[in-house]
Amino acid sequence: MPMTEEEVLEKVRETLVDALGVDDDEVTPEATLTGDLGAESIDFLDIVFRLEKTFNIKIPRGELFPDNILNNPEFVRDGKLTPNGLAQLKERMPHADFAEFEQDPDVNKMAELFKVQTIVNYLLAKVNV
Amino acid sequence: MRWIWIDRFLEFEPHKRAVSVKNVTLAEEHLHDHWAEFPIQPASLMIEGMAQTAGILIGQARDFREKVILAKITLAQFDDIVTPGDQLRYEVQIEAITEEAASTTGKVFRNGELIGRVDLMFSHIDRNLAGLKFPEENFVFTGQFQRLIMPFLEGRDG
Repeated sequence: MPMTEEEVLEKVRETLVDALGVDDDEVTPEATLTGDLGAESIDFLDIVFRLEKTFNIKIPRGELFPDNILNNPEFVRDGKLTPNGLAQLKERMPHADFAEFEQDPDVNKMAELFKVQTIVNYLLAKVNV
Repeated sequence: MRWIWIDRFLEFEPHKRAVSVKNVTLAEEHLHDHWAEFPIQPASLMIEGMAQTAGILIGQARDFREKVILAKITLAQFDDIVTPGDQLRYEVQIEAITEEAASTTGKVFRNGELIGRVDLMFSHIDRNLAGLKFPEENFVFTGQFQRLIMPFLEGRDG
């Protein structure tokens, strides 16, 4: 039976509470992982490990949190994603909402793409195939 | 003094789990300052004991090719104190291991009684901090650490 968005969010919330030591009411769909919930780079791996276990799925490297974008000079120029880089990131992250970020694709703002809802969207597509 | 906070492995199942022990003794300097009138084993050194038990397990899983660094103390909970004369037992298992990192969960026993839990994450730093220069030799795993598990690995491949 497919999981509802509410069910997925609840499990994601439990995962983030355990991985990041935050309170469950802090884990809202719009909360950003780094800005609002204080995640650091090692936490992203921790989150992936926990989601794999909780949802009994495999999350290939770079699928949920893309890598190898920022270190490619074709994709980044003067601290901003190039149109090519933005297109690449959008293709790699169909689960993220780009509406705000694409107004000003500053690499320092890229972390804002990683919201709780981003994880929920990714998992909904993954578990309900 | 050597920075080794486990005395011996009791069990070592490559890629899965390990059990080590540490005997706490008043011959150790730190107990005289923590505290002079009532020596107790610092929680930080029990976390270190678990990290060494887990770190060797993680390192062996990649044949000690990776530099395994403690990256995150996900959980550290101790429900009672440990004093000189007590024996600590660290039981750890690998929850996940990839090219970049690993996570473990562990239990701490005092004289056979469960008194704590320590969950950790380790990074294979050469893969996570690419671009930063580290010494080529593996400064994490010296012979002393590897000798601790030799009795368990003789006659088997990895």
